[in-house]
Amino acid sequence: MKRFAALFNAIDQSTKTTVKVAALTDYFQQAPEEDRIWTIAIFSGRRPKRAVNTTRLREWGAELAGIPRWLFEEAYPIVGDLAETIALVLPPPGTETDHGLTHWINALRDLSQVEEPERKAFVLNAWASLDPTQRFLFNKLLTGGFRIGVSQKLMTRALARATGKDEAEMAHRLMGDWDPATTTWAQLIEEDDPAANASRPYPFYLAYALEDAPEDLGDPGDWQADWKWDGIRGQLILRGGEHFVWSRGEELMTDRFPELARARDFIPDGTVLDGELLAWGDNAPQNFNALQKRIGRKTVPKKLLTEAPVILYAYDLLEWEGADMRQKPLQERRATLENFCQNLPNDAPVKLSPTVAFDTWEALGDTRSTSRDAQAEGLMLKRKDSPYLTGRKKGDWWKWKLDPLTIDAVMIYAQSGHGRRANLFTDFTFAVWKGNELVPFTKAYSGLTDEEFRKITAWVKKNTQQRFGPVRQVTPHHVFEIAFEGIQASTRHKSGVALRFPRMSRWRHDKPVTEANSLDDLNEMLSIYG
Amino acid sequence: MSALTFTPAGIYCPAGDFYIDPWKPVDRALITHGHADHARWGMGSYLATDVAAPVMRHRLGDVSIDTVGYGETLSIGAATVSFHPAGHVPGSAQIRVEVAGEVWVASGDYKVVDDGLSTPFEPVKCHHFITESTFGLPVFRWQDQSVIADQINDWWAGCKAAGKTAFLGCYALGKAQRLMSMLNPEIGPILTHTAIENTNAVMRAQGIALPDTVQAGAEFDHKAHPGGLVLAPPSALGSAWARRFGAQENAFASGWMALRGIRRRRAGDRGFVISDHADWSGLLSAIKETKAENIYVTHGYTEIFTRYLNDQGWNAQVLQTEFGGEDAEDEAA
Repeated sequence: MKRFAALFNAIDQSTKTTVKVAALTDYFQQAPEEDRIWTIAIFSGRRPKRAVNTTRLREWGAELAGIPRWLFEEAYPIVGDLAETIALVLPPPGTETDHGLTHWINALRDLSQVEEPERKAFVLNAWASLDPTQRFLFNKLLTGGFRIGVSQKLMTRALARATGKDEAEMAHRLMGDWDPATTTWAQLIEEDDPAANASRPYPFYLAYALEDAPEDLGDPGDWQADWKWDGIRGQLILRGGEHFVWSRGEELMTDRFPELARARDFIPDGTVLDGELLAWGDNAPQNFNALQKRIGRKTVPKKLLTEAPVILYAYDLLEWEGADMRQKPLQERRATLENFCQNLPNDAPVKLSPTVAFDTWEALGDTRSTSRDAQAEGLMLKRKDSPYLTGRKKGDWWKWKLDPLTIDAVMIYAQSGHGRRANLFTDFTFAVWKGNELVPFTKAYSGLTDEEFRKITAWVKKNTQQRFGPVRQVTPHHVFEIAFEGIQASTRHKSGVALRFPRMSRWRHDKPVTEANSLDDLNEMLSIYG
Repeated sequence: MSALTFTPAGIYCPAGDFYIDPWKPVDRALITHGHADHARWGMGSYLATDVAAPVMRHRLGDVSIDTVGYGETLSIGAATVSFHPAGHVPGSAQIRVEVAGEVWVASGDYKVVDDGLSTPFEPVKCHHFITESTFGLPVFRWQDQSVIADQINDWWAGCKAAGKTAFLGCYALGKAQRLMSMLNPEIGPILTHTAIENTNAVMRAQGIALPDTVQAGAEFDHKAHPGGLVLAPPSALGSAWARRFGAQENAFASGWMALRGIRRRRAGDRGFVISDHADWSGLLSAIKETKAENIYVTHGYTEIFTRYLNDQGWNAQVLQTEFGGEDAEDEAA
């Protein structure tokens, strides 16, 4: 694993994209092919199954380090990463060994077949024979979650460079549900036909948020507007008599949404649609809450299928009659899409997401402000002559979201973060007033600058009233403006509401706690927007 | 009455009517070392080691500082006082106070390994030991200084080969000079930010041997000194002054760099794990060697470290102080 550790170090010790890509490119040219495949898998979130549960790892780590378990547990939130904590507390290694990445992954796979004592012996033995960086990586393989500053985009670029292939084609090759244990380098990277695998989705084209005034985009006539839905971005693939449903996170969701099987009855083979997976109500999308009930359910009870039937609200056509449509201009793709959607019956699980007509940017701005009535989060702006690009690109597609809802709340609990935010208090619980009592209603983790997190961390340390493990109850003193995208009634929360995408939008230094909002204010928002 | 007591102004000796590293203005202050959280402005008089005094004068301005050599015994009122090497920075001391046979040691900040620059730490037997706990967690384990020196020099040579200036962020007093002594001058010139060069000048004037450096002030022409490594306070990294050097890589030298999350947040490209504070095993060995019956734990992971000491059979307690400018988010350590 020395070569993989060297790659990790090269990536981890630089903030520069060029350095990271160069290190990855070298690796993809020189490492054994099986290791390359696993590296691609790991950096694209296809990690091997967890072989040992983390409780055992913590026990064994503390044991080998010769420290009490409570001390290990105190150190863990300060380090902010379990794999790293174990790697740091262990004594220096004895005799070092050097097996390749694939060797370790196979060994971990076999580990799930053996009894615990044998498993423990294997893990302790591995720890004793790996240097600290390799130990950390070994622990990452054991625990999963390999976020080390390499985006899929960077990896794709390095692979393209290492093989002399086009980056967009490479991105397409890496999509879908290939299994690193059985896929060869030749199959994944070199063989000619990237569509050989019928289930393989196209890379999604992602939009940036519109920061400037839409007037800067030029002539409104060059642009198409459609609603930005609050569902799951998805791709429906109809090929070889089968159908496949992919989420934007590259999760295969075919079985989760059985309604979409009927698409085969109405739409010809050789079609790929891009759209939003939504729970459908009477002639309109239901809110995200309805879809939420379906997410995470691998099998769906009948009742839920009637209450929250899922459809694909289609807005783009990526493949038609077996041909890749992505290079054709949007208006041409759209025309074909509209054409065949016209003929779909009312109960088909695919519907056409309508465009929003407009003449001036000002008029479109007015329409945008009614997004919530349409169960949308805002508008999408797409240049009519744009091809369907790969990944997040500026220029042709923009999301023009509604301004978020906001409420002023009091911070009452703080917890330290993980990874890059370890040792900083970054995870807060907020409350609003109910009479003289503060009622917690949401958590939020993001929105402040590093500098602000440093300030609040110093303050939390000095103003802790009580500690509950890693959580600190603090003096109610600071007011933050919490921004969020939606509000729903919830029986799981003490406040009776649940927020969508809450984050801190402003630290209200100017507001004393007495001026924070109340539960009545939240309930009023619930009655308007819920 | 105890030889040392804990008051709102700081650690106080009633028998000698003096304070050790007080954080409020008092008449008489005994100072372990010149870092700002231990040597504060506004005391009636100061007592420090002869090696620590020049930097204190440089930092505190026109103040009255009496000096004492390591191991020399003084009588102050009914207390017997002596200063012993703490190994933290040049001139840093543990202060031993004896009153009617009861011995206390206030160790300030310390490290137990020899950094080649500061007088090495000497354990002092006592009944009561006041210890820091900046790195009082078992995740902190320092490697040999020579290993870190190789890492830094390799990095510097790599920067030079790539035509980049190497910027190494570090604390101006102690860490900077220690790093200078670890650098391989054959790679290129050692350049210094003015804040660091000022401290260098004070130390050279008192006879501490330091490698040659070139001050990189406001008018500095970096092209005349290619392949250099710049030592600078962390706050100067990425500043307008630093950007004038053109292509560069940034690194940070601190014990906190042992934690990947902090390193990624603070260090730019590289983090070198080197500290002037004791690591976990250093703290434990220092405490053991004092043979003290009572341990008072100040700045750092005080609660956790104290609990561990009590677990292991010591009689330890947390001591709230205003030391510890050396948090993970600060510039030192």
